[in-house]
Amino acid sequence: MEGQGLYAERKVFSLVLERRSSALALLFFVLVLILVFLAPIIAPTDPYLMSVRQRLTPPGDSFFLGSDAFGRDVLSRLLYAGRVSLMIGAGVALSSSILGVLIGLMAGFFRNLDGLISRIIDAMMAFPDILLAISLVAILGGSMINVIIALSIVYTPRIARIVRASTLVIRELPYVEAACSLGSSTVYVLTRHVLLNILSPIIVQATFIFVYAMLAEAGLSFLGVGVDPSTPTWGIMINEGRQYIDQAPYLILFPGLAISFSVLSLQLVGDGLRDALDPRIARQM
Amino acid sequence: MTESLVSIRGLSKVFQSEKGPVFAVQDVYLDIPKGDIVGLVGESGSGKTTLGRTLLRLIEPTSGAIVFDGNDMNSLDPSSLRALRRRMQIIFQDPVASLNPRLRVKEIISEGLIAHGVGSRKERTEKVEALLVEVGLQPEDMRRFPHEFSGGQRQRIGIARALALDPEFIVADESVSALDVSIQAQILNLLLDIRDQRGLTMLFIAHDLSVVEYLCDWVAVMYLGRIVEIGSSQDVYSSPSHPYTRSLLSAIPKPKPGLNRERELLQGDIPSPLNPPTGCVFRTRCRYALDSCAETIPTLVKLDKRHKSACLRLSEIS
Repeated sequence: MEGQGLYAERKVFSLVLERRSSALALLFFVLVLILVFLAPIIAPTDPYLMSVRQRLTPPGDSFFLGSDAFGRDVLSRLLYAGRVSLMIGAGVALSSSILGVLIGLMAGFFRNLDGLISRIIDAMMAFPDILLAISLVAILGGSMINVIIALSIVYTPRIARIVRASTLVIRELPYVEAACSLGSSTVYVLTRHVLLNILSPIIVQATFIFVYAMLAEAGLSFLGVGVDPSTPTWGIMINEGRQYIDQAPYLILFPGLAISFSVLSLQLVGDGLRDALDPRIARQM
Repeated sequence: MTESLVSIRGLSKVFQSEKGPVFAVQDVYLDIPKGDIVGLVGESGSGKTTLGRTLLRLIEPTSGAIVFDGNDMNSLDPSSLRALRRRMQIIFQDPVASLNPRLRVKEIISEGLIAHGVGSRKERTEKVEALLVEVGLQPEDMRRFPHEFSGGQRQRIGIARALALDPEFIVADESVSALDVSIQAQILNLLLDIRDQRGLTMLFIAHDLSVVEYLCDWVAVMYLGRIVEIGSSQDVYSSPSHPYTRSLLSAIPKPKPGLNRERELLQGDIPSPLNPPTGCVFRTRCRYALDSCAETIPTLVKLDKRHKSACLRLSEIS
């Protein structure tokens, strides 16, 4: 079991960095992560501290990125909000990948389960993402963990479908047949032969789900069915700032930029990963 | 024939497809003597590969029995079947697709050892080193990945994997047809060496008749799921009796251009196994076929001690 596939992964990582746009995007995203992580230290003020006399102050000396309708510091709120938004993105990407891999492997490897699982996946994917998420959050109640659960359920079929399709291909390859003839267990075949060979599309899809989840969270918060409104997230900040768009457009500008640039950088990293994991393209890079 | 290690008794395999049943293997009887190499030849679609896979129980047979070393594989419980399968292995055609690209050579070769819990980690490593040397590679190669090897070397890795569990019987499915001719010879010699050293029994599936002549003690000719001729390599190659075998053999290029032999060229393609001809399956392409050939299914008739053929007009045409 020692060091399996490490060689290949290291090569992929350096290939991602060789592409300038992906390397810059990765750098930017890491920077965002650090800033957000250090929020309690670098935030100028408490994100909940209201100062009614200084409400809707434009960006300037007293508030670097301005203040909102309650006189709260936008920069501090932006940093704290990033923690929640990124946490939701990562949580959804991780849990929908794990669930999707389990379901997809079962559907792809066991012929008799395929029909049922595939129909359920199709039905879920026919439902509009945001509508399904809204109904789930409405049932579960609004909190960060419930938003993660709801969005994970929404995005699991995307992973499951890719895993199923890749598994169907791998299952017919001679090395899987060899494994059966050698007497390997189903679990061994699924993990060492199938899963190890379909990691690339899963990783790439997971980065995209990270992005979709952050956007969906913003959408849910904007619609008022996201996390508890007292917790700042980038989506909630936009929702609150919407009412003052004519007096203080910067209230939606900065969280909007935060979402756009995080999403863009993650997408670029995802693109780089996809190309680096495809041997035909990787060779040309 | 000496004592047979594998004995196939009336084996049939019918696949269910959307267009109807596909008769891939029909009523095959075959004995594989201990320590010998039996060549199985035939065109694409003749059922050679299905027969090999069914022998190893990678495909369940529709009917018929396979007796391995005195054990009827149909009547075994799962754990005995697993123990028996350990004694039979397979070498594949495609040296690329048959090795998992994400695993190191050591992990590939030791897979069977791990699956059957053979030896400690250290013993397994030693076993892998010994196997690599046996197939003509270096012990250090075990830390490399399959893509770092050439086609012939990969085929050697596949052979080492098959040998890891010390099997008695090996099915080699077109194991050299994907390789360059010079590499083919090396792999064939390796197979012969291994057979001699380990006393292995082998079923060698191929469509290249000169390869089979070089390697095999016995030849079975398959056409549309049935064995039409079987005998020692010498007998079949020197005096083929079935019209199909004759056509096949006359298609082998000969090194002497001046030697003009009568060639029996085959017309058309092999019929679909979805709807095989009645009676003799070869009659649609046979130059000797009569109307009566559509009525009776020919059985293998003994020509002499080591040679059988399934043709209704055997006495008239030979």
